[in-house]
Amino acid sequence: MALIEIKNLTYTYPGASKPSIHDVTLKIEKGEFVLITGPSGCGKTTLCRCFNGLVPHFYQGEVKGEVTVAGINTLEHHTYEMAKHVGLVFQNPENQLFALSIEKDVAFGLENVGTKREEMRKKVDWALNQTGIYDIRERSPHEISGGQQQRVAIASVLAMEPDIIVLDEPTSFLDPLSAEKIFEVIYRLNKEQGITVILVEHRLDLTAKYTNHLILMDQGTVRCEGDPRDILNSEETRLIGVGIPKATLLYQMLKKEGFNLGDQTPLSSEELADQILEALGQK
Amino acid sequence: MIEAENVHYSYPSKVEALKGISITIKDGEFVAIMGQNGAGKSTFVKHFNGLLKPSVGTVKIDGVETTKSSVAALARNVGFVFQNPDHQLFSETVEEEISFALKNFGFEPKVIEDRVTWALNLLSLTQYRKTSPFLLSGGERKRVALASVLAWDPNTLILDEPTIGQDHEQKEKLRQFIMQLQTQKKTVVAVTHDVEFVAECNPRVVLMKEGKVVADGVGREILTDPAMLEMSSIVLPQVAQVFIKLSALGLPKDIIDLYEAKALLLKTKERLGR
Ligand SMILES: Nc1ncnc2c1ncn2[C@@H]1O[C@H](COP(=O)(O)OP(=O)(O)OP(=O)(O)O)[C@@H](O)[C@H]1O
Ligand SMILES: Nc1ncnc2c1ncn2[C@@H]1O[C@H](COP(=O)(O)OP(=O)(O)OP(=O)(O)O)[C@@H](O)[C@H]1O
Ligand SMILES: [Mg+2]
Ligand SMILES: [Mg+2]
Repeated sequence: MALIEIKNLTYTYPGASKPSIHDVTLKIEKGEFVLITGPSGCGKTTLCRCFNGLVPHFYQGEVKGEVTVAGINTLEHHTYEMAKHVGLVFQNPENQLFALSIEKDVAFGLENVGTKREEMRKKVDWALNQTGIYDIRERSPHEISGGQQQRVAIASVLAMEPDIIVLDEPTSFLDPLSAEKIFEVIYRLNKEQGITVILVEHRLDLTAKYTNHLILMDQGTVRCEGDPRDILNSEETRLIGVGIPKATLLYQMLKKEGFNLGDQTPLSSEELADQILEALGQK
Repeated sequence: MIEAENVHYSYPSKVEALKGISITIKDGEFVAIMGQNGAGKSTFVKHFNGLLKPSVGTVKIDGVETTKSSVAALARNVGFVFQNPDHQLFSETVEEEISFALKNFGFEPKVIEDRVTWALNLLSLTQYRKTSPFLLSGGERKRVALASVLAWDPNTLILDEPTIGQDHEQKEKLRQFIMQLQTQKKTVVAVTHDVEFVAECNPRVVLMKEGKVVADGVGREILTDPAMLEMSSIVLPQVAQVFIKLSALGLPKDIIDLYEAKALLLKTKERLGR
């Protein structure tokens, strides 16, 4: 059995006129780095809420189908039982912050599961350092900038070292270099420790290169999933209005004009520059 | 017109967020303010609608100091969209949210109706007219916040991270709308981390770092200056990254536009006889 299995899931929020998730079936294996994208309002956040049981236990509403995460049926088991398996970084960081200091916020989850003081100190410091907020750890999470708040939310989840990390547009408030650094940290955790990562993002120019499992959602359904090189090259993707990386777009435009750049669709500037140099005999 | 002169600001908690900023933004200009987290961008733009007043220095809007003009007058002239939409939304339905300011400013019911319908359409929110903003997705909530300000057509628009949570189609609509505002001599200031969006708009770019302005110039120049960007914790737009890696071909390095990139590369291919 895969680490996450969703079968024919349909979910409607209380009082909503139509389902936000419509007949979704998917499998995510242990150790995968999955990227979910799709137009605003297509159901990405709602799907994230299914991974840790917030849907349906917190949001209520009407649910059909099956969701199994780490062997646990999330529709029957409570969110707190999922907490040690799944860490969710919310789309809006402020909804996740409540303690009097940044440090206490990051330590909260560990305290809850009874982590020993010394070990807690180590894990908290590590998470604060990874997200670049160690120096401001004693400040209040309500008196810092938007990007600093988002780092606190990420650090709180990293400190818990869950088996599955779900990140819902986790760097939307971060400056570009810091966003890149956070993605690198997450990528390393995935590669070195086998932590399963599920990342929701609109900005594929920053993230497409990390994944080999891209899920494209549209109007509550999974429109297609698989190798990002195939998906980003397909006409359907362009029509849905997904932000295709500029390097990928430039490759397509040049190819159309008879510039033979080979068959591999590039996902980053490095890949495209190499293909151009190669085609021009400059390598 | 916005004139900031030697603006300093410290939060009550003693954090010194602005350390002497002087810039002028003329009518009809589109300015993107960029820079690393905590640089003071949000703090700075909150001075433009009088939400914050400088500890030292002055901010003038259309020639009047923000400390001397009434809150009501500033509110009528300067539209402000917050970084986090939850700091802005409070109504029970999207329609009420968007019509709130219009009612406050005393527009005729017919005009209100037209403006609301127009804004809903511009931001792809028509189907949510009667929905509570709190039951919408993150990107949709940001668009409600945008709609509620764009609806009353202020002379000056301050947008803190307008593209957060938006897909490519929504960003493109926003870009076209901002271009249209420029032709009407409206002033738009956008705080943003979205390098690709800025590359597509190519506005004037102001870079901030640690409470100061460290660069101010044409987007195309600033966004293709690796040293400058790195200092501000910004990465190059993807097209510029490609051209820097192709420097051996003798191509210009200040390219951010896709179509220009395509034309240059096709010409190079021809030149090299490939
Ligand atoms: N609490 C809620 N109650 C009712 N409807 C909701 C609720 N939250 C979201 N919705 C609706 O469900 C749909 C999917 O929302 P969701 O937040 O999952 O979208 P998303 O893909 O994450 O969008 P975005 O990119 O804008 O964050 C939208 O139509 C939204 O209006
Ligand atoms: N309410 C507040 N009280 C005290 N300090 C604050 C408050 N809001 C922000 N700060 C501090 O002021 C400085 C500037 O913050 P500001 O929000 O203006 O940054 P920013 O450039 O908008 O950053 P970001 O890109 O993360 O949104 C930071 O050091 C921040 O921690
Ligand atoms: Mg979302
Ligand atoms: Mg800010």
